[in-house]
Amino acid sequence: MYCSVVRHQNTRGLRSQLKDSVPVTGMGPQVGAYGVQDTLRSGFSSVKNELLPSHALELSEKNFQLNQDKMNFSNLRNIQGLHAPLKLQMEYRAARQIQRLPFLQSSHLALDTLKGNDESISFEDILNDPAQSEMMGEPHIMVEYKLGMM
Amino acid sequence: YRKMATLSVCQPQLGGFSFENCKRNAVLEAEVTKLGCNVPSARKTGTTICGVVFKDGIVLGADTRATEGMIVADKNCSKIHYISPNIYCCGAGTAADTEMTTQIISSNLELHSLSTSRLPRVATANRMLKQMLFRYQGHIGAALVLGGVDCNGPHLYSIYPHGSTDKLPYVTMGSGSLAAMAVFEDRYKQDMEEEDAKRLVRDAIAAGIFNDLGSGSNIDLCVITKGRVDYLRPHDMANKKGVRTGNYKYKQGTTGVLTKSVIKLDLEVVEETVQTMDTS
Repeated sequence: MYCSVVRHQNTRGLRSQLKDSVPVTGMGPQVGAYGVQDTLRSGFSSVKNELLPSHALELSEKNFQLNQDKMNFSNLRNIQGLHAPLKLQMEYRAARQIQRLPFLQSSHLALDTLKGNDESISFEDILNDPAQSEMMGEPHIMVEYKLGMM
Repeated sequence: YRKMATLSVCQPQLGGFSFENCKRNAVLEAEVTKLGCNVPSARKTGTTICGVVFKDGIVLGADTRATEGMIVADKNCSKIHYISPNIYCCGAGTAADTEMTTQIISSNLELHSLSTSRLPRVATANRMLKQMLFRYQGHIGAALVLGGVDCNGPHLYSIYPHGSTDKLPYVTMGSGSLAAMAVFEDRYKQDMEEEDAKRLVRDAIAAGIFNDLGSGSNIDLCVITKGRVDYLRPHDMANKKGVRTGNYKYKQGTTGVLTKSVIKLDLEVVEETVQTMDTS
């Protein structure tokens, strides 16, 4: 009975899911210049908040696009040779440089066309649209971070 | 809740699922269960859905009840979703998940068919659905029966919430799937006629409706053949609400009047104000 299996899983609750999760370094503390937690820039730290992912999908979703790209590039390298992923990555790098300043919304048109995202719709386009977000990033800090001054 | 203080403020926001509130929700849930109450549950479709391949195409069937725990949330919801002109999909599980998943796949299939300028194939829709459901590891609770007719003939797939799929001549899903499967196993034959197939699917859904609490109300059918789609909603109203046969209202004048006394209340005008309406 597949429907009852789904019901059982949903009523386990988030608490029990948290208990089963393994502490991972992907969430790690934000180290500052001296290898210590940078309280001024990234706020107070808490080991529980940073080591444990709050949802089973959090890590896999954070790295999903990167893993997909890695897999596609390695497939392309095996099929067509090293030049194919190199050329594509060069084009991605060029397209990534023509954005607006970091705190403004850029359309990513060239990047989307290269990646093929202009022909598909997924949850990234429907939920949590960055253009509609209620909070804006702090302009000075974001530009400093992008230029590597932070 | 700690967004401004984390490094994420230095990088631009990404779309998609945001897991910020998961820890807060876990804490809230613990607090609420300590008090003895329940957190609100998602609306499920607790369903019977099924599909069968016949000589010229596919017949998909579904009941129309949506439940929210022990309560019937919707007596006539539509569980057969449009994916493309030649492909339809029935959904069981969490109602919102099936709705959004089928809409996303429908949009993707439309873009894909515009880019290839061909009628979409059922195998494409199946592959898109299974890759998306596997990516979310079953947290999207959508169990689907996908059927359609394309250039290679009629195809029927069943897709489970974790991303596994089966390509079969007859499939059932949902809480009433066992009842419907019993009817299929007894009476399914290869290369049936359209009327026989419709009757078989109607009986299978009726078995689910009458023997499973999570399914009920009407039976919807969708018959897909090459070049024609018949969306029969409702095909059969198995559970019609009854009509009251007796009237228990008392007629006026049934109770006799013994005495009658009238008391006049003195009202005085205290204040009179005039408010003008803005009719511009």
